Amino acid sequence: MRGGLVFDVAHMLAGSLVLVSLMQLYQDRLYALLNVFALHAVVLAMSVAWQAAIQHAPHLYVTATIALVVKAIIIPVALHRIIVRLGVHREIETAVGIGLTMLAGIGLVALSMVLMLRVTATADPLAREDLAFALSVVLIGLLMMVTRRNAVSQVIGFMSVENGLVLAATGAKGMPLVVEISVAFSILVAFIVIGIFLFRIRERFDTVDVGALDRVRGDQR
Amino acid sequence: MTSFDAVTAILLVPVVAAALLALLPGYRVSARLNVLAAFLTLAAALSLFVSERPQPGRYILVDDLNIVFIALGSFVGFTTSVFSASYVGHELEIGRLTPTNLRFYHAMYQILMFAMNLALVANNIGLMWVAVELATLTTVLMVGIYRTHEALEAAWKYFILGSVGIALALFGTILVYMAANPVIGEGLDAMVWTVLIERAASFDAALLDVAFIFLLLGYGTKVGLVPMHAWLPDAHAEGPTPISAVLSGLLLNVALYAVLRFKMLLVVNPAALAPGPLMVAMGLVSLVFASFMLYRRRDIKRMFAYSSIEHMGIITFALGMGGALANFGGLLHMTMHSLTKSAIFFAVGHIAQVKGTQKIADMGGLTVTHPVLGWGLVLGVVAIAGMPPLGIFMSEFLVVSSTFAREPLLAIVMVFGLLVGLGALLMHLNTVAFGEPRGSTAAAQASFVPMFAHLALVFAAGIYLPAPLVAWFQNVAKLLG
Repeated sequence: MRGGLVFDVAHMLAGSLVLVSLMQLYQDRLYALLNVFALHAVVLAMSVAWQAAIQHAPHLYVTATIALVVKAIIIPVALHRIIVRLGVHREIETAVGIGLTMLAGIGLVALSMVLMLRVTATADPLAREDLAFALSVVLIGLLMMVTRRNAVSQVIGFMSVENGLVLAATGAKGMPLVVEISVAFSILVAFIVIGIFLFRIRERFDTVDVGALDRVRGDQR
Repeated sequence: MTSFDAVTAILLVPVVAAALLALLPGYRVSARLNVLAAFLTLAAALSLFVSERPQPGRYILVDDLNIVFIALGSFVGFTTSVFSASYVGHELEIGRLTPTNLRFYHAMYQILMFAMNLALVANNIGLMWVAVELATLTTVLMVGIYRTHEALEAAWKYFILGSVGIALALFGTILVYMAANPVIGEGLDAMVWTVLIERAASFDAALLDVAFIFLLLGYGTKVGLVPMHAWLPDAHAEGPTPISAVLSGLLLNVALYAVLRFKMLLVVNPAALAPGPLMVAMGLVSLVFASFMLYRRRDIKRMFAYSSIEHMGIITFALGMGGALANFGGLLHMTMHSLTKSAIFFAVGHIAQVKGTQKIADMGGLTVTHPVLGWGLVLGVVAIAGMPPLGIFMSEFLVVSSTFAREPLLAIVMVFGLLVGLGALLMHLNTVAFGEPRGSTAAAQASFVPMFAHLALVFAAGIYLPAPLVAWFQNVAKLLG
């Protein structure tokens, strides 16, 4: 199973993940953002499953399943509930305009292509493209975390960063399972942490807008 | 006790203790159990020095370098648990913490100890990453434990910045694996540090360079290096004070240890970028920036948090300079800083409890109203400011003099930063410790033993370093290259 098709499909899936990442950037409603995130996780699961098939690495199917079940179903559903309970399904207040964010996102994709393709010249072509795409996904996720002020969308940004990392880890051939499971596990843990925080934030201030948390900034009290 | 047992003990004791502490109700018992567990961990850690070492396995490694970190970490962990016992008692009395909170707090404390020991003994760069992430998550939860507005803000900021750092570090780890893959082959071996260091000379240099930059930024966030330091002052100021002590005395060192391990990989590879100058630059920037930031602080814990950034800058600078003498100075400085800074936080914790505030303007004349606490703080601040004859003076002197011999300009910048910091620390110390008494003068229910134990060690180290310790540090300094 070597040759054009194998490479093209892997390439397409990884590329789609970047595309979905960019789609996240211009969502201005929480529900829509959540749906796009679920799509992100589905694409990731497909990409990981494809890697499992072409690398003959059955343990990667586990990673793919985790991505599908946890990140595409459980977490979006749970976050959906949180949003309903908190009543924050109104518009997301972005800190930076959408046009500018998109431009920055495109810039980041270009940056990661230039960087990763240059330094991995000797590596396996599939792995290097995966790595370049993964870095784009990571950077776009980080961008989302800094441009959104709503706690829920920051969490989604964080999870897309983790998705990018999983893509990178599966692209690296034969990377031990330890790390992948831990990544998935960390997302769960992180989610619990965040869940607690969201409720506490709600408990105290009746808002999940992180901007409201900036009222007190250390020394200026 | 064989060494393998000792390694098992430093990992297993905290886990078992954490499980027990999560189940036990009463706080007195838990606080004592916490101390006991920390003591057992310390005993196991010290036994690593004398027992014979196991062959480095695929997951666990014990060598001269990490024994120093483990011993120092367990010691600070133990003394902090003693301090914590009296600290949380007071917090419970005034109702800032509930018994449920406290159960959670003690369990988390032990999980943190476990995570840090695991990060230090890990021979697998993936496992190391997992452990650092676990340590981050537990500290996030502990920083937010007061559930006040400020504590939540601090915990959230710490969580977001910490996870960005952690994400970058994982990407760097994956890149190291990618670099190792063609040379070592697929599978677990390509993540085992001892295997990596043997073969690092033939890794693809470009990939290794990029990996190190990600790792330096990622783990550097946890070290608190400027410009990724924003979480650190908030987390120190808003969490419980024992956690501030553990963060400064322990967690920052663990993150630095991770950077060092990867630095060693790059040093071996002749074609790779020299990691030293990067660390030197970040260290110096942190030092100078934090020194200036010290002036305008109004919150006492926040001020000492900036002082931690300053000192982590010095250590990173020294280890980045490299060479036997600078490395020795860096290691010594790390040890001295851990001991002194946690001693200061022990004092500050009790002071803040007595005064009911952390604002510097609301405390004064401590040496008159609370002589033991006040003079303890004075001694600690004098030590951290780098006055002779205390330990930090010695390590700073070593770093400065070795730098003067090689890069006089950098040494001048460093001395400038140190002097700026010194001025700020003494200025604030003057407000807090001397002059008219301000704020509440209620008696402190404090345990002074941990504080003075640390200060005595720092004092002793400034006057005389035992020969075996010097030999050990010299050996480690050589190892670091």
